[in-house]
Amino acid sequence: MAELEVGEDMVLDCRGLRCPMPVVRIGREVAGMGAGQVVKVLATDRGAVADVPAWAADTGNEVVTWHEAGDHLVFYIRKGFAED
Amino acid sequence: MSIDVSSGGGLVLTHEDVRQIVRQEVERALKRDPAARRACIIASKGTLDWAYPPLILASAAAAAGMDAAVFFTFYGLNIIHKDFGRRVKVSPVGNPAMPMPVPMADTFTGLPGMKDMATAMMKTKFKRKGVAALEELLQVCRESSVRLIACALTIEVFGFKESDFIEGVEFGGAGAFMSEARRSHVTLFI
Repeated sequence: MAELEVGEDMVLDCRGLRCPMPVVRIGREVAGMGAGQVVKVLATDRGAVADVPAWAADTGNEVVTWHEAGDHLVFYIRKGFAED
Repeated sequence: MSIDVSSGGGLVLTHEDVRQIVRQEVERALKRDPAARRACIIASKGTLDWAYPPLILASAAAAAGMDAAVFFTFYGLNIIHKDFGRRVKVSPVGNPAMPMPVPMADTFTGLPGMKDMATAMMKTKFKRKGVAALEELLQVCRESSVRLIACALTIEVFGFKESDFIEGVEFGGAGAFMSEARRSHVTLFI
């Protein structure tokens, strides 16, 4: 883990959404962000635990850290620098 | 690992070095492989339950930055029909896996009106659980440039017209699908 305290630049609330909508929304949000910016994502879809890191690995972004907060999950996703 | 190639004649590569270089090059090549960024899905079923998987997977593929195409054939054409709201239904008949509130015989679930009831129940349940409606998933697909291709053969056999289908649908045959599929690592028949 690069750092324990992660500050976010924006928050995306995906609570109540089911597969595949969390990754669809995250994809759209991250597309509008600058490299290095961090979005904090709230989600209730349990599949997101596997889906969000897989999505990040495939798209060159990074799940900096995630945790459970009561009834929902919290992910911190940092936008990567375009590779290609 | 770094290899000093400037020390004139002093370069010694071990088998392990060569293996590592090959591994890195292969990994790099795989990352650049355009087929890894393409998904090609056939949607062949036209019931409410079977309409979900191709649209969910195509949306997820697009969200992961892939070029996705869904080829709708046979009953799958229902999903992109302008009237899909009324055409795409689900029936418990002949599906012993469908969860029912109480066990029911096929002769009962086959009665007139039961299909509409089962469809309404499934839609309500999905909505209550926060599952996106088919309309929403189709919208996501179109907004994220998923190609929706209708099978020209089935359209003719079933007596549809091209104008029966929603905006943005393309038309093609097995050749069009294969041309997409051979350039895609992900190909699914649903």
